[in-house]
Amino acid sequence: MNTDILIIGAGLIGTSTALQLAMRGCRCIVIDKASPGRHASGSNAGGLRQLNRDLAEIPLSVAAAKMWHNIENLVDSDCDARFPGQIRVAENQSDMHKLEQRAAMVRSMGYQHEEMIGRKELFQIVPALAPHCIGALICREDGYARPYHALTAFRQKAESLGASFHSDCEVYNITQEGDGWSVRTSQGTYNSSIVVNCAGAWAGELAAQMQEPVPLTPKALMLMVTERLPHFVDPVMGAESRKLSFKQMQNGTLIIGGALVAKLDFEQERTDIDWQQLAASAKTVLDFFPQLQDVRIVRAWAGIEGFMPDNIPVISASHKANNAYHAFGFSAHGLQLSPVIGLIMAQLILDGLSELPIEPFSISRFNH
Amino acid sequence: MRDHYQLIIIGAGPAGLAAAVTATNHGISCALLDEQASPGGQIYRAIESAPATRAQVLGSEYQQGKTLAEEFRACSVEYFPECKVWSLNSEREVGVLYKDQSKIISADQVLVASGAIERPVPFPGWTLPGVMQAGAGQILFKSAGVIPSDGVVLAGSGPLLLLLAWQYMQVGVEIKAMLDVTPHSNFLSALTKFPRALLAHHYLTKGLIYQRDLKRAGIVSKMAVSNLKAEGNGELQSISYRHLGREHSIETGLLMTHFGVIPDIWLTQAAGCQHRRDSSQQCWRPQHNEWGNTSIDGILIAGDGAGINGVRSAEYAGRLAVLQALFSLGVISQAERNQQSINPRKQMRKERHIRPFLEAYFAIPQNMLATTDKSTIICRCEEITAGEIRAAVDNAHGDSNQVKYLSRCGMGPCQGRQCANAVAHIVADAGGEAISDSSLFRGRPPVAPLTLAQLASLSAENAS
Amino acid sequence: MFKQLQNNDLGNLEVTLDGCKILVPQGTSVAAVVLAQGLRSTRTTPISNSPRAPFCMMGVCYDCLMIIDGKANQHSCATYVKQGMHVETQQGVGPALGDAR
Ligand SMILES: Cc1cc2nc3c(=O)[nH]c(=O)nc-3n(C[C@H](O)[C@H](O)[C@H](O)COP(=O)(O)OP(=O)(O)OC[C@H]3O[C@@H](n4cnc5c(N)ncnc54)[C@H](O)[C@@H]3O)c2cc1C
Ligand SMILES: Cc1cc2nc3c(=O)[nH]c(=O)nc-3n(C[C@H](O)[C@H](O)[C@H](O)COP(=O)(O)OP(=O)(O)OC[C@H]3O[C@@H](n4cnc5c(N)ncnc54)[C@H](O)[C@@H]3O)c2cc1C
Ligand code: FES
Repeated sequence: MNTDILIIGAGLIGTSTALQLAMRGCRCIVIDKASPGRHASGSNAGGLRQLNRDLAEIPLSVAAAKMWHNIENLVDSDCDARFPGQIRVAENQSDMHKLEQRAAMVRSMGYQHEEMIGRKELFQIVPALAPHCIGALICREDGYARPYHALTAFRQKAESLGASFHSDCEVYNITQEGDGWSVRTSQGTYNSSIVVNCAGAWAGELAAQMQEPVPLTPKALMLMVTERLPHFVDPVMGAESRKLSFKQMQNGTLIIGGALVAKLDFEQERTDIDWQQLAASAKTVLDFFPQLQDVRIVRAWAGIEGFMPDNIPVISASHKANNAYHAFGFSAHGLQLSPVIGLIMAQLILDGLSELPIEPFSISRFNH
Repeated sequence: MRDHYQLIIIGAGPAGLAAAVTATNHGISCALLDEQASPGGQIYRAIESAPATRAQVLGSEYQQGKTLAEEFRACSVEYFPECKVWSLNSEREVGVLYKDQSKIISADQVLVASGAIERPVPFPGWTLPGVMQAGAGQILFKSAGVIPSDGVVLAGSGPLLLLLAWQYMQVGVEIKAMLDVTPHSNFLSALTKFPRALLAHHYLTKGLIYQRDLKRAGIVSKMAVSNLKAEGNGELQSISYRHLGREHSIETGLLMTHFGVIPDIWLTQAAGCQHRRDSSQQCWRPQHNEWGNTSIDGILIAGDGAGINGVRSAEYAGRLAVLQALFSLGVISQAERNQQSINPRKQMRKERHIRPFLEAYFAIPQNMLATTDKSTIICRCEEITAGEIRAAVDNAHGDSNQVKYLSRCGMGPCQGRQCANAVAHIVADAGGEAISDSSLFRGRPPVAPLTLAQLASLSAENAS
Repeated sequence: MFKQLQNNDLGNLEVTLDGCKILVPQGTSVAAVVLAQGLRSTRTTPISNSPRAPFCMMGVCYDCLMIIDGKANQHSCATYVKQGMHVETQQGVGPALGDAR
């Protein structure tokens, strides 16, 4: 099969890239060894967070936030996105101090989205919170979306503009042929002028095949969700010095996570829940919201995500070959960035450069 | 409760009880965990406490449980009633909730004897108060002596429906109607299995006796009933159905339905055991060999959780699985295992002669498994209809799990227990694909909900 | 719809059902008790507020959820009655969670 642009991986990143390319009139095919949204993009916590991002990601994250606020214009669906804010709570003076420093740093870069709030305002926003908390860093425009709905909306819009998605199509092998690429898959060979590696946790293997090995580590992140509860908290909650990530969705369920890592058999794509970690997480939640003690967890799961050593992604043209691009390794926060990554990739591919600063995400940064 | 046992048995039904009795006197550490307050499982529920008169009414099959329960009480296995197993993994780590404390214990060998649940088959109005499963009626009777006071309509298919009618008849419950959804065509497909069924003719005889007794009491099943509907405003007021080409309706405040039983596979799914679609039993069940070994080393399965074969078979399978576990533990030799297995295996084979006939005769019609009525609720918890599921199939790439992501079907507290089968059938039907091994939702632990405090107690316990 | 057969040699316990004190036989599940008391539904659903009642009686369907001793979402079919127990029908997701103590 021949195409102009072949995108490997139909997660949010590949799909968003296909959407932006299709919007600019390019013919592209997105292939996935499973089906769109089967991995991290369908199983994540849905958080849309600019708060406390790596400094290098701030410009991208701020641009992405603008896109999320108008997401219906982009993909004809609101993706169930809501913006009740995200909060990072301080439990003591040392937390407070760190958060104040952070806020000052972000302001000094010319951004206003992160601000400090004191105890009084914190409890106005989250009356249910345990009384020992003393303040917080807040980003009022942050929120959450429903990931699989977002992914589906992105895909449908891309398809309506001419992009094709092929499921059950696993890449075995990528070789350069002249200026283009020959990609052998479980469904035959694709010849494409350009390839884009958006293979999430599996992107390391593909990058290696493209002669650009990267230190990517696949990890399985766990989440747990409760039964539906009466409404009791609006913003997405985090804490400065504890593993807490916690939100109440529109339907009343709580999604609890926060860098909890499951046992992973990457070859078999099998994850085993680590209950000790979830237990510690449950304890943390109860420290902040003791009134939740009788609330029941109905489901836990783990999603496989690619992590880079510096916890920021690779967003880059290949440094080894022409007509090859990479966007992967989002290290557990790629949902929020996904709309803007598509934009950046389309610019990189079609214009040769991006309007946003992406040097920190170069694929060659691990070479020295 | 210890942190480690050589053998953990999960489930105190006939399979688990027979297993425990077999495991005793071998000097191994062995625990039996069960969520109910007393031994017996589904069939022998409340066997120790049911008054003699009630036990008699429940029939001879039920009373046989008494001996097994006594043998079990006399054996040396550590018994933990009211103990919910909420997780099992491939390392044979067992998450338990006992006396409001969660704990993870482990074993060299785990025997899952989780039994069966009633097959949930959605039909219009099945969520109305007043509609219940026949097994629920039986449990109310067995464990609490609670029976219908103003009559009941029984509908569906399968031996349990007949048994319940017979049990109710004995205590004077008015049976307003017996509506059998078994289509006439099943009769033909079952015919070829009939000769083998004759080898277990006592089952056939028993069925005929029940029918005769019911007939004497004026209760006759209507056969090949279709279009069953439960109707009412906020609660069941009447039911309607089609019989011999005509619509009928009956006023009733109570409808009990039964559509056969299917294995309870939540524990084996959680552990990651391989499961197969069994087209004859119309269910998914863990793959296992003649000793009960699943695809995971050290995890065994016995009883109806392995595939529906009934109470006697469950007992024999429990014994065989324990012999295998004892052999794996090095407690008995291969020769001893083989020698001791001869009799139970022979008995089990005899018991199973009836199954192919029952499975063919009581097969649930495809149009009930994969309902085309768009307004029927499939997911009782999240109130998702068949129409919504069908509408999601394309965007979900024909994958039940992705139908779940899109529709929230199966995301409520029952964790898909009531809808998983129906969703698998509807998704396959809508996508024009055959039902397969992987049509079910992937298992999502915990197997039973845990409160945050119960979960947190796991970490507190470990810290101390 | 239901009645309880007279044959319990077990003693009676006093429990409160939706504010009314009743005597119930020991060793019985809460669901069995409330059905025998003539209660038709034990909860309403969080989504459409439709009434529901125990359906499976074996811990599988989660339609028998009630508020027991102040705790919402309790399985009434798998909870045994205790002296002095308070049982209430549950509306939707149940009562508000309250503040942090
Ligand atoms: C539990 C969890 C919670 C998270 N929470 C958040 C959050 O709250 N907020 C946030 O912003 N982010 C969150 N994330 C991160 C976010 O989900 C990811 O960063 C994002 O989805 C990455 O998208 P992706 O397209 O790179 O990867 P994926 O969605 O994993 O897509 C990669 C695709 O590539 C396919 N593929 C791989 N190898 C091949 C091959 N050889 N051939 C063909 N196809 C192949 C895979 O099948 C897969 O579908 C979370 C992640 C997890 C796991
Ligand atoms: C409601 C119902 C009524 C039935 N009535 C009859 C009948 O009258 N006559 C007949 O011949 N057959 C009946 N059956 C069929 C029945 O499945 C078998 O006859 C027999 O009970 C199977 O025995 P078993 O040991 O495999 O499982 P079961 O008897 O089902 O025992 C399994 C036990 O494991 C426990 N368990 C399961 N999961 C867990 C967990 N996670 N944690 C802790 N404990 C757990 C269960 O509570 C149960 O006590 C009935 C089935 C059902 C579902
Ligand atoms: S009645 Fe089904 S769980 Fe209690």
